[in-house]
Amino acid sequence: MWFLYVVLGVGLLGVYLYNRLIVLKMRVNNSWRQIDVQLKRRVDLIPNLIETVKGYASHEKELFAKVTELRSIIAGGGSVKEISEANNMLTGALKSLFAVAEAYPALKANQNFLMLQEELSGTENKIAFARQFYNDTVMISAVQVFPNNMVATIFSFKEAEYFAIPEEEGEVTKVSF
Amino acid sequence: MSLTGQIKQNISISLIILMSGIIVGIGYILDVHYAYHGFLTGMAIVFAFFTSAGSYWYSDRLVLSLTNAREASYSGYTYLHNITEGLSMAAGIPKPKLFIIDDPAANAFATGRNPANGVIVVSTGLLNLLNRQEIEGVIAHEIGHIKNYDVLLGTIAAVLVGSVVILRDVMLRFGFRRGVKRGEGGNPILLIIGVLLLILAPFFMTIIKFAVSRQREFLADATSAYLTRHPDGLIKALEKLETNFASEAMAHLYIVNPFSQSFDQLYLFSTHPPIEARVLRLKSIRGL
Repeated sequence: MWFLYVVLGVGLLGVYLYNRLIVLKMRVNNSWRQIDVQLKRRVDLIPNLIETVKGYASHEKELFAKVTELRSIIAGGGSVKEISEANNMLTGALKSLFAVAEAYPALKANQNFLMLQEELSGTENKIAFARQFYNDTVMISAVQVFPNNMVATIFSFKEAEYFAIPEEEGEVTKVSF
Repeated sequence: MSLTGQIKQNISISLIILMSGIIVGIGYILDVHYAYHGFLTGMAIVFAFFTSAGSYWYSDRLVLSLTNAREASYSGYTYLHNITEGLSMAAGIPKPKLFIIDDPAANAFATGRNPANGVIVVSTGLLNLLNRQEIEGVIAHEIGHIKNYDVLLGTIAAVLVGSVVILRDVMLRFGFRRGVKRGEGGNPILLIIGVLLLILAPFFMTIIKFAVSRQREFLADATSAYLTRHPDGLIKALEKLETNFASEAMAHLYIVNPFSQSFDQLYLFSTHPPIEARVLRLKSIRGL
């Protein structure tokens, strides 16, 4: 009789651990999608931004072309690698766009531009927070801990990867006056 | 102490358990001694629960109607909405509703029975006084309160204090007659201890309730540092707020104690730890 109880106990524990891993996996997926939502939002803001800046700084054509191109790569949908590379480059391109805007006092006073600037920097922050939450979620979802690791091996759960910043972003930007 | 250590260390829960223990102890001495068999204590807890249930369930609406707060429009307070949305993403909770109080005194508080009903209220004085990074620290602190279910914990503490007060009132008025009437007498020393406990308990329970509140403030500070990964924002905000005092009640909901106080004078009866102590703890996080 006691043997049956042991089998039942182990079985229930297994079901519990399995379900918990499923929930954690969904949580990781969900937090990853949160990053995508914010990246999408940033892309959606770009046409409006270009329109506004064009009116004041029409000769910054190269920069506009680059931002527009990156946007179409992301919106067009390519491989995950292409899109994430384009997103990283977009971060840099937008930075230089706002740096350029510093040279145009009329643009800096434009209400629409100020709103877009707030909207975009807010979105940049949210991307950072979403990545932070993703990494926090990955950290608690560790499938290395006993007895999770046994269930994970049986049902071939893989450990989620941490989000790491791209090489060039890791370097500190030099400021010269 | 390290950041995760400060978050995991859960003194407030131990204090709640201590409060429950005091009630059970008093209930045991009185009820068993007077053959109520736990009925009186049970009734006191149930009664205290119902008096607090409303303020718990409607915590968001209640406070808002009391403080005259208006909802923060998206166009008027875009940056505030952006800060809040980002931090709630980092905390993994739904974005709380944002409200504004027209008050030159700088303060902020959070309420709502769970993260889905979370509300954050900030005064116009706070928005004028602090820069973006400091506001971020304050909002993260309030999100910490929501994420850590501090309204729930505060309600539990209030119910426990409330039931001991009810128990005292009922026993002092009617409770002892029953034993006398039946001529059960019992142990007079136990009776004296019981009465003494009853009279002193509400006082001790109130002090513990304040201690719980202070612990939750430390926890919300640590959560703020965890979310922003930048304790200096909140440190600078607290240092600026130290010179600013509000005049409202509901102190336990605020980011800083709205009533002026010196370090040791009112410490036992304050809902917030002294700002120096909070800054010190936040700095210990930064150092690690």
